[in-house]
Amino acid sequence: MSYNQPVGDTSLIACLHCDLLQRIPELEPGASARCPRCNKELWRHRVDSLNRTLALTLGATLLYVIANSVPMLGLTIVGRDASTTVVGGAVHLWDNGQKIVGVLVLFTAVIAPALQIGLMLAIVIGGMRARPPRWVGTLLRHHPTTRIWSMIEVMMVGVLVALVKIADYATVIPGLALFVLWVLVFVLAGMSAAFDSRDVWDRIQWADEAQRDGAGELAEGTS
Amino acid sequence: MSGMGITAMQRGLQSCEGCGLLSRPESGDQEGRCPRCDERLEFRKPDSFQRTWAFLIAAAICYIPANVLPVLTTTTAAGAESDTILQGVVLLWSPTGWPLSIIVLVASIMIPSAKILALGYLLITTQRGSVTNNEQRIRMYRMVEFIGRWSMVDVFVDTFTAALIQLQPLMSVEPGPGLIFFAAVVVFTMLAVEAFDPRLIWDSFSSQEAGSKEVTYA
Repeated sequence: MSYNQPVGDTSLIACLHCDLLQRIPELEPGASARCPRCNKELWRHRVDSLNRTLALTLGATLLYVIANSVPMLGLTIVGRDASTTVVGGAVHLWDNGQKIVGVLVLFTAVIAPALQIGLMLAIVIGGMRARPPRWVGTLLRHHPTTRIWSMIEVMMVGVLVALVKIADYATVIPGLALFVLWVLVFVLAGMSAAFDSRDVWDRIQWADEAQRDGAGELAEGTS
Repeated sequence: MSGMGITAMQRGLQSCEGCGLLSRPESGDQEGRCPRCDERLEFRKPDSFQRTWAFLIAAAICYIPANVLPVLTTTTAAGAESDTILQGVVLLWSPTGWPLSIIVLVASIMIPSAKILALGYLLITTQRGSVTNNEQRIRMYRMVEFIGRWSMVDVFVDTFTAALIQLQPLMSVEPGPGLIFFAAVVVFTMLAVEAFDPRLIWDSFSSQEAGSKEVTYA
């Protein structure tokens, strides 16, 4: 399979939800462009994208490490107590014959969020170079998948329901991780909202570098 | 708005789902690679209808045991009791717990069934070449895409309830056989959404519009 030939002007795009050909206008920082036919947001010009994303990603890394090293929920009942971490929940399923569901919980609550944060950190650091190398593009291409499967906010609603159910039988002790995870939910949302992938794509090293020159120079003039 | 509503495919161009670059495959080719990010490019997602139907049918099949089999088994001194998802909703209903009961009802029962119906509707109308209600149908697709993940709530509820309530011989809670089917419904519907190409919704409309204006393609 050979490389396609790029159109000369990178502001010419097709909407990914309806394929309508159109030109992305130049935007003020903070403004966004939508497809006139299907209303999909095509681009939002984020302010100071890389620095803000880096700050939020570092914050998310710290919160993630804390959230996964301390207990999330505990309970006491007639002098006995128990507690669990996020990983502990998945391990319990594995040990009790629910291996597949255990893996799914581990993936959506622990592994995918780690990838979401870790890949973003690498992308932002690599993206800060004047001409980001190709591996940044490879990570950037796969980053949306980690976002789809990272379900910390869904887990937190589930934990809230579990907490109320358990409160019927026992005294619930919220762990430190519970609070840290709630903060992490908002930091992750901010991290995604702050990042402007178009800014990185416009400067990146192309897979077929020979073709970049024509399209690339035009891109630098328009973005 | 640029042009007269011409699509990239009508111009023989492919847009990259990875990086957004618009490019032209070698003449006569249906697929190529993005010169910027190396992604495989095709005009539309390959076998989108077949793959979406496959995931959707798998989800619909799993939906039945997910609702009939118990997801949690509670063992106390008085004996063991198994609850399905719907029984879980009823048990949670109390003067203080009713808002959470509604969350579980919406996330675990209404969203999965609505998702299956909505995807079925999108597939059937799109395959029949419908040219009407495009805006509503693309909005429906985005809604399904956005809310799908929230069905996982019940899996997490059962995971952490079972992990914590291990107070043998007083009381213990174990996940039931329905849980894996319920998780499968969530995963299969998410994969169905991924497999579906929303641009297909607009294709019949686009070619009809192009025909009426007698546009000549490059």
